[in-house]
Amino acid sequence: MNYINAIRIAVNALKRNKFRAFLTMLGIIIGIASVIAMLAIGQGSKKSIQDEMSEMGTNMIFIMPGDGRPGGIRFSRSEMQSMKLEDVEAIRKSCDAVSAVSPVVNASGQVVKGNNNWPTSVYGVNNEYLGIRKYKIASGRNFSDREIKTYAKVCLIGQTIIDNLFPDGESPIGAVIRFDGIPFKVIGVLQEKGENGMGQDQDDLMIAPYTAIQKRVLAITHIQSIFASAASEELNDKAIEQISEAIRTTHKIRTEEEDDFSVRSQSEIVQTFSSISDIMTVLLGAIASISLLVGGIGIMNIMYVSVTERTREIGLRLSVGGREKDILTQFLIESVLLSVFGGLIGIVFGVLASRGVGSLLGWPVAISTTAIGLAFLVCSAIGIFFGWYPARKAAGLNPIDALRYE
Amino acid sequence: MGNTLIQVKGLKKDFHIGEITVHALRGIDLAIEEGEFIAIMGASGSGKSTMLNILGCLDKPSEGSYLLDGVNIGEQNKDELARLRNNKLGFVFQSYNLLPRTTALENVELPLFYNPKVSTKERRERARAALDAVGLADRMHHMPNQLSGGQQQRVAIARSLVNDPRVILADEATGNLDTRTSYEIMALLQDLNDQGKTIIFVTHEADIARFMKRSVIFKDGHIIRKDAVKNRANALELLEALPVENDEI
Ligand SMILES: Nc1ncnc2c1ncn2[C@@H]1O[C@H](COP(=O)(O)OP(=O)(O)OP(=O)(O)O)[C@@H](O)[C@H]1O
Ligand SMILES: [Mg+2]
Repeated sequence: MNYINAIRIAVNALKRNKFRAFLTMLGIIIGIASVIAMLAIGQGSKKSIQDEMSEMGTNMIFIMPGDGRPGGIRFSRSEMQSMKLEDVEAIRKSCDAVSAVSPVVNASGQVVKGNNNWPTSVYGVNNEYLGIRKYKIASGRNFSDREIKTYAKVCLIGQTIIDNLFPDGESPIGAVIRFDGIPFKVIGVLQEKGENGMGQDQDDLMIAPYTAIQKRVLAITHIQSIFASAASEELNDKAIEQISEAIRTTHKIRTEEEDDFSVRSQSEIVQTFSSISDIMTVLLGAIASISLLVGGIGIMNIMYVSVTERTREIGLRLSVGGREKDILTQFLIESVLLSVFGGLIGIVFGVLASRGVGSLLGWPVAISTTAIGLAFLVCSAIGIFFGWYPARKAAGLNPIDALRYE
Repeated sequence: MGNTLIQVKGLKKDFHIGEITVHALRGIDLAIEEGEFIAIMGASGSGKSTMLNILGCLDKPSEGSYLLDGVNIGEQNKDELARLRNNKLGFVFQSYNLLPRTTALENVELPLFYNPKVSTKERRERARAALDAVGLADRMHHMPNQLSGGQQQRVAIARSLVNDPRVILADEATGNLDTRTSYEIMALLQDLNDQGKTIIFVTHEADIARFMKRSVIFKDGHIIRKDAVKNRANALELLEALPVENDEI
């Protein structure tokens, strides 16, 4: 029998029971749609995290005090006073894989301007910091080396602060705002960056010379962390190695001793987050796959019932010359058609659902063509796999037994 | 008459149900020539259907030999039997066995779907011709449930004709029909037989058997008599003689 005939026979048989065919497909439709939507959500969050992170600079490296325990007492990272400006200098001098480095001291508090106030964080840094964090200046200027040396109380502010302190739209440049009561003159405005992958507002910050923050706000001489940039993404590992070496030297750590600091790169963090969302994707996918499996079993169930119900039809087909193989092909094609059509409709619904989630809930979604292709393959496989057993049963019938079946 | 189409020797068929063995056929010898119109008769349970199913290659004998058009059926595998059913045999069942929710035309086309040599166009044409031959040219696109029992049986006959078989096998083909409709069917079969079709017709009604040329009577799995039908009736004439039904009641 040629296959066009076989397909015709199967299509005709399905047409005779449209509603049942639809109900059977429903299982596959829901299964495939949810697999696609789940994967789109999982992939979407992964992709958006990756995008955000790399926007923050994939060659960014940060050095923080480790949870060392001088005298057996554990201190939290911020209480550790092990990081010093000498570390920054050492990095600048000895690490050729590092292109920029900045000390960081930060504090949170209330900024006030006239009647308006806003809780925010201030970052005390040097003038290389903007480059490291990929912040750009929208208007005004960065602070100078001289301003760093002279503890100048100048600052750059992000859009969120402007929105809250300058609601009337006047230019903040030149204005004086108070952080914890200490006046800072605004010399620059940062370009808006929006939220990052974890939903943090990247425009809610104030940047000032670290000297000013150390002396006037925190009254400390150590620094809290160091931010650096590797000269290129490829040099990340080398830069990390050089930085560790430099700080071990300044901290006089002997070879057998552990570091009292930790060096992490942005790309490591990207990887961590990606692997978290990978796990999430796998979990979501697994849950959705279960519904696909249930859909497949639905097809098997219907095909099985259908074989029993259509035993006389099978007998008739055998009696007019249908061979075992023809019956097998017919039932297999029927179940493959059911699952493939169900799959196609499921793909459409899955894509629509993903878009819907994307636009209604504002979640990042990424519909991957591989997921769609895979879903399609899975559908056909389900059709063959779950159709095989009932089809076998139908084809193996003795013509006369099938005809006599009641 | 012509060549021997069917040659059966020492045919036996046993059915095993648990411990019990039913001897449905206990040694049948029968030869059927081309162009015959044979009635297989006998009491209920005498083995008529069993015999017909074996002749139709739907079932295999337990013992004995069966030659159909020179082919030894005992030596054929399943696929070859299917091809024989497709090319040489046509069935008409008591309960019509039409596919539900499928038009008359598509029902008639069914055997040709399993014949790879027939193209779509030819399949259509032959199905139309067969329906035309049974007088249902105007009912081609009706579903079985839109047809009367007699019309459904005609569709079934058209289906058995469409592959131009050597033999038509009918099992109680008029069993579900009233007298008039039965006669109409018999007129159709007589006409086909006149055109040269060999027909084997199982019935337990003597009234129906008298339209055929020869009768073979079964009893307990044996053939007890083989007679030529005396005073063969003509279905068309009898139809005209039947009192016209009064529609006005
Ligand atoms: N599939 C089967 N399994 C067991 N026994 C069977 C089977 N088919 C037929 N028989 C038995 O074989 C015998 C002959 O049955 P068959 O159907 O040939 O009778 P029949 O002459 O066609 O009767 P009827 O006029 O009632 O149709 C019966 O005793 C029946 O019970
Ligand atoms: Mg019978």
